[in-house]
Amino acid sequence: MAEAVKNPRPLSPHLQIYSPMLTMMMSIVHRITGAALYFGTLLVAWWLIAASTSPNAYATFQDFVGSLVGCLILFGYTWALIHHMLGGIRHLAWDLGYGFGPAEREWLARATLFGSIVLTLLLWIVGYLMMGGQR
Amino acid sequence: MSMRTPLGRVRGLGSAKSGTEDFWWQRLTAVALVPLSIAVIVIGMGLLGRNHAAAVQILGSPLVAIVMLLFIVTSAYHMKLGMQVIIEDYVHGESAKLTLLIANIFFSIAVGAAAVYAVLKLSFGVV
Repeated sequence: MAEAVKNPRPLSPHLQIYSPMLTMMMSIVHRITGAALYFGTLLVAWWLIAASTSPNAYATFQDFVGSLVGCLILFGYTWALIHHMLGGIRHLAWDLGYGFGPAEREWLARATLFGSIVLTLLLWIVGYLMMGGQR
Repeated sequence: MSMRTPLGRVRGLGSAKSGTEDFWWQRLTAVALVPLSIAVIVIGMGLLGRNHAAAVQILGSPLVAIVMLLFIVTSAYHMKLGMQVIIEDYVHGESAKLTLLIANIFFSIAVGAAAVYAVLKLSFGVV
């Protein structure tokens, strides 16, 4: 390892060599959503800690989540969670050896993207209606 | 008859017999997180528009608390494994890599422990 750093050797072709493809972009997005969810866990922890602390702490959390910035973060978290979940199911299918054909993998990529957007919007519409249509 | 050289045996290098462990646990936690995440979305949406007292009652009820605890512990392990792969892929400097790998484990355990504590307090404690 130390020698490799001293004498840079040719590396295998990386991302910038290939023209973008849907399956490749989806792979990248899967990793990005995973990293986003990693830090989004702080939001879940805050939610639970606030509830276990006091009505005031919970009100502070609710005010943040209800604010414009909070809504955007929560919306992003919802989409990242759904997208990462659907992408994960796709990966589990691949791990079992299914869905590797050219048409199949393209269809799976589109279904993941489309499904994540539709499900996220549906959840937010249901949530909005549950709030009584106002915030 | 062993094919290992005496030097190799003394140094203890070679297969640790656990090469696929991270891969396996990444998938195992992924499978578990599908139903758990759906359940947590349902729980979270069930709290929409409710006040603190209702939130405490719901989050502290046994079934909800158990689901939350499973979700937290499984998530913490899943995200530790995932972030470790990202670090190993992109950070090549030894000291930076080691620092981030340690920070990753500390962060995952700290967030997980904090959330677990909160759920246990909601279940057993007085808020």
